[in-house]
Amino acid sequence: MCIGVPAKVIEKQEYTAVVDVMGTKMNVGIIMVPEVSEGDYVIVHAGQAMSIIDEEYARLSIEEWRKLADDTNS
Amino acid sequence: MIQILDQFSNPDLSRKLLDKVKNLAETFIEKHGRKPVIMEVCGSHTMALARSGIKQALRDYVKLVSGPGCPVCVTDQKSIDAMIQLAQGDGRIICTFGDMIRVPGSNGSLLDAKSEGKDIRVVYSPSDSVRIAEKNPDKEVIFLGIGFETTIPSLGIALKEANEKGLEKYSMWVTTKLVEPILRVLLEAQEVKLDGFLLPGHVSIVLGKHSYHYLVDEYGVPGTICGFEPVGVLGGIYKLIAMLLDERVEIENYHTHVVTHSGNSFAQEIMKTYFKECDEWWRGLGVIPNSGLDIRKEFAHLDAKKKFNVHVGEPRKTKCRCGDILRGLAVPEDCVLYGKACTPSKPIGPCMVSSEGTCAAHYQYMRGDII
Ligand code: SF4
Ligand code: SF4
Repeated sequence: MCIGVPAKVIEKQEYTAVVDVMGTKMNVGIIMVPEVSEGDYVIVHAGQAMSIIDEEYARLSIEEWRKLADDTNS
Repeated sequence: MIQILDQFSNPDLSRKLLDKVKNLAETFIEKHGRKPVIMEVCGSHTMALARSGIKQALRDYVKLVSGPGCPVCVTDQKSIDAMIQLAQGDGRIICTFGDMIRVPGSNGSLLDAKSEGKDIRVVYSPSDSVRIAEKNPDKEVIFLGIGFETTIPSLGIALKEANEKGLEKYSMWVTTKLVEPILRVLLEAQEVKLDGFLLPGHVSIVLGKHSYHYLVDEYGVPGTICGFEPVGVLGGIYKLIAMLLDERVEIENYHTHVVTHSGNSFAQEIMKTYFKECDEWWRGLGVIPNSGLDIRKEFAHLDAKKKFNVHVGEPRKTKCRCGDILRGLAVPEDCVLYGKACTPSKPIGPCMVSSEGTCAAHYQYMRGDII
């Protein structure tokens, strides 16, 4: 039921947006993420964008896992 | 951005993290004389763990128990029978999520009803069913709404659209489930000793990290919120075992790029506006008070349960053990039907049908593997 694939917002309308999911364009609802902007990535579930992906947090979290993976003491 | 997100499936990073998890689990095993027991609540985690090979690779280190997180699997047999009966009526268009169509009821599935000529359509979004109703004003259009907190807001939005458009022949048959009541039931029953939870990444988008405080305050059980790619899952498992070793009981969020402390307030508001708590039947667990959400009476005109007279008898009994699997008491291999009478192409229970089901995950990725 859930597809957690990131979708890029191409064109924002009032309550919907055209998003690109791995090359496929689809129309999704954006009522739950009204602050979304064109160019943002969102997580879509059952036709609705549920959250905007925060690039900075994604980067920080990857850095944390890299550090953990390379740490020879733990 | 995509390059960063791709890192969550980086094989080199995943392999290193896998070794880290194994080492840490060994420390746990030395200290406690047993493996840590971790339940993944969400069906997508069950699938992700099997598909990536993490579950198999950690077999000797961590006991990963699949929880009751897949909405198709937890839907009670009686509800399935009711939905199939609903589809038998003439002049109706039944809209459903794809996973539901093959779930067998006591007398056939929605797919069987479709091949008998009933108009049953698979939609991806509940809002699509509203558009179908607009195009077919002479037909009753009924959406079969199942799901946890991830899906319920999307159901609410479809109700909002149908209500605003004044669609008289649109309705929704709702049987939804909430995460908190079921986790409480599992923890109180203590049938399986759980050390911690891998908390559902998608549900947490809606509910936020703060919604899990009862696990810590009332049950003393820690949890980590993580995503579905190998790096996120392994990181979540590592941090959970680290907490267990430190004897720290907290909820930690490692899915911060999409999950916030307080969740999505718009989604929460939609849930409150269109739904109210109700008792729900869970497969294999019976009725759990206040464990689901039903359509509020202000929107009764959109409630298929109020609109149509559906009465189903006691469901036919099978040897399917989905109920035990959902409670973490059995693995698919314990079911006599697994892989023989019950396969993905001829499923007997929902755990084999659903794309997030435990039996389907085992069948596709772990056959011949003794867990
Ligand atoms: S609907 Fe989404 S959050 Fe719920 S179990 Fe399935 S994948 Fe997990
Ligand atoms: S193998 Fe089939 S019959 Fe057995 S528990 Fe799983 S879904 Fe049910």
